[in-house]
Amino acid sequence: MCLAIPALVKSIRDHDAEVEIGGISYRASIWLTPDAKIGDYVLLHTGYAISVIDEEEAMETLRMMREIEVI
Amino acid sequence: MRFIDEYRNAELGKRLIDRIYQSSTKRVRLMEFCGGHTVSIFKYGIRQLLPPTVEMLSGPGCPVCVTANDDLDKVISLSRLPDVIITTFGDLLRIPGSYSSLQQVRAEGNDIRVVYSALEALDIARGNPEHRVIFVGIGFETTAPTIAASILQAEQEKLNNYHILSLHKLTPPVIKALLDSGETKINGIVCPGHVSTIIGSNPYQFIPGNYGIACVVSGFEPLDILLCISMLVEQIERGQPGVEIAYRRAVRPQGNQQALRLIEKVFDICPATWRGIGSVPDSGLKLKQEYQVFDAERVFHIHQEESREPPGCLCGDILRGVKVPLDCKLFNTACTPEHPVGPCMVSSEGTCAAYYHYGDACG
Amino acid sequence: MDNKILLAHGSGGKLSHDLVKKNFIQPFSNLIIDKMDDSAVFDLNGRIAFTTDSYVVSPLFFPGGDIGKLAVCGTINDLAMCGASPIYLSVSLIIEEGLPFSELEKIISSIQKVATDTGVKVVTGDTKVVNQGSTDKLFINTAGIGLIPPGVDISGSNAILGDKVILSGAIGNHGIAVISQREGLRLKVPVESDCAPLNMLVSDMLTASNHIHCLRDPTRGGLATTLNELAMQSGVGINIREDKIPIQQSVNAACELLGFDPLYVANEGKLVAIVSPTCAEEILNVMKHNHYGSESAIIGEVVTEHPGRVTMKTILGTSRIVDMLTGELLPRIC
Repeated sequence: MCLAIPALVKSIRDHDAEVEIGGISYRASIWLTPDAKIGDYVLLHTGYAISVIDEEEAMETLRMMREIEVI
Repeated sequence: MRFIDEYRNAELGKRLIDRIYQSSTKRVRLMEFCGGHTVSIFKYGIRQLLPPTVEMLSGPGCPVCVTANDDLDKVISLSRLPDVIITTFGDLLRIPGSYSSLQQVRAEGNDIRVVYSALEALDIARGNPEHRVIFVGIGFETTAPTIAASILQAEQEKLNNYHILSLHKLTPPVIKALLDSGETKINGIVCPGHVSTIIGSNPYQFIPGNYGIACVVSGFEPLDILLCISMLVEQIERGQPGVEIAYRRAVRPQGNQQALRLIEKVFDICPATWRGIGSVPDSGLKLKQEYQVFDAERVFHIHQEESREPPGCLCGDILRGVKVPLDCKLFNTACTPEHPVGPCMVSSEGTCAAYYHYGDACG
Repeated sequence: MDNKILLAHGSGGKLSHDLVKKNFIQPFSNLIIDKMDDSAVFDLNGRIAFTTDSYVVSPLFFPGGDIGKLAVCGTINDLAMCGASPIYLSVSLIIEEGLPFSELEKIISSIQKVATDTGVKVVTGDTKVVNQGSTDKLFINTAGIGLIPPGVDISGSNAILGDKVILSGAIGNHGIAVISQREGLRLKVPVESDCAPLNMLVSDMLTASNHIHCLRDPTRGGLATTLNELAMQSGVGINIREDKIPIQQSVNAACELLGFDPLYVANEGKLVAIVSPTCAEEILNVMKHNHYGSESAIIGEVVTEHPGRVTMKTILGTSRIVDMLTGELLPRIC
């Protein structure tokens, strides 16, 4: 459930990551995604990064949608 | 905004809709479990785009709506204790309990603060050492690991005035309870998006396995939902229900192992009472014995009057997908967002609220 | 030298007199207020518009403004929304003891700046000081008087079928600017309040056309609530297009993060105009040439369907109802 938005990791310090979306930044916690790296996009939910976005899968999903042929 | 805007593209949406029209021959009923999906579906008018063969039904995926009156009353009782600061997500503020709501209790002068994150609750605890801060832990598996992390952080810092009231609930057991009840007749489930980033898609295997119902994990943007519906329709048309992920950029079959470890470290599974459904075994989370100093249930003595359900309220039936808001006599008469009788009308993603705000209220 | 305001400053004695003289009369100086009489006395000929509002915003200072600027712009705008040229204001302060003088001075200075920029005069007012805890640092009440030019008839009940709906710029800035100041939010939002006086914008619009039927500023409750009010007052339906509504990227992102719908977030320097379709483009053009209307856009129209209600065509081409705000705007997790 729940509201989570994709945000870009700009810097990391201990358990905190400065993430950015649309020009705003938030000091998120990466307790749940300790493997997040600078340059990753993470899903931000109530202040915590809950998942690292798989950019290849994102592109693949869009590509698949673009290729839908309709008769 | 990256990874959001691309999934709102109208032209791609049209292709997905055409594909759904093309592939759908049988009448199907799909249930979106998650309240966030309910809101997206209404916000983008998704139902208007679907062929008449596809019917959408909303399920019990709003964690606030399924919180039993008894639990809400517990929170209200705690808020009246001296030197207590209640910190809560905004979703809970206006939900009516048996006799009152947090909003009303706040107006009486009790210290109740809306926060966006458990991180803020920790800040409040640090800044108010002479007060006891209780964070109301609602939400499903998406939120539970964040609360677990906050407890571990409090433990690290030796913060002794931070407590959690755990009202967390688990998704697969309640889906099972719904399907077992036999009342909810559906062919496919739009599986929760962000719960699944944590638990993965594997826990849903029992649904096609035991019930023959199709499952696809969906994201929240309109293209995500349309893609999910398209995949569900195709599974059903093929007669091959299974578990697929449409939200592949965020969800893996095995979920987020670190988050699952955090949940396991801090919580035990326990039975939980779901509004409208009753007690469901192994569907709730409570703090483990070794974290009892953080457990508001154990630390505080909670006095509460006997809980009661509001008469005439159909929230329970609506949550199970057995009735729709328009079936309820109170809908838009005695029960409106300004004067809600039950939580489904006031929760930001309650089904009744969605119907009222986004359409269908005025015929 | 006192640096905090004391109860004595409100008791009517010498300290009170000094406070009023130094922090009120002198900054606002004009022929009327300098007399320091119990009432402001002046002549006025014509159709008078009269309004009052109270301001209780917290925090007192936020990116893009403060409670003083908010108060005076709010009242000027209420007059402007009736087509009136604002002329005189009253400013009443209820001050919590302990408020630093420096803060009061900054706020008075903000009021003075807007007054000077718009040609409006503060001609009377009041100050009271109350015990700590009786008020939240500072509450301001302003009342305003303006004159409506002959032939101008603007009212929330004047919208008719076919009218166009114009919005003067991007929504949500004020609400997000204020909420970003909330302690502990860990959020950095480079958004400033859009707080601004709109009387000159309205004046330009009236010069372009006299077929402006309704004007309203979408403050608390946001654009959605204001459109609903107009729809109900005029007994008409309003339909808007989601893709036409201007919004800044950072405001949009903040709303997504916190779970707000931008349609319900407060604005303090925007207006909605419902105008005759024959002059909509002309009015829009004039608005775009004004500093406070540079991002104006036609966002919708008045329709026969669903009188009293507002609908929106989404980016997918579907239609949904846009309701009024219920309760407070609260951040949500789901």
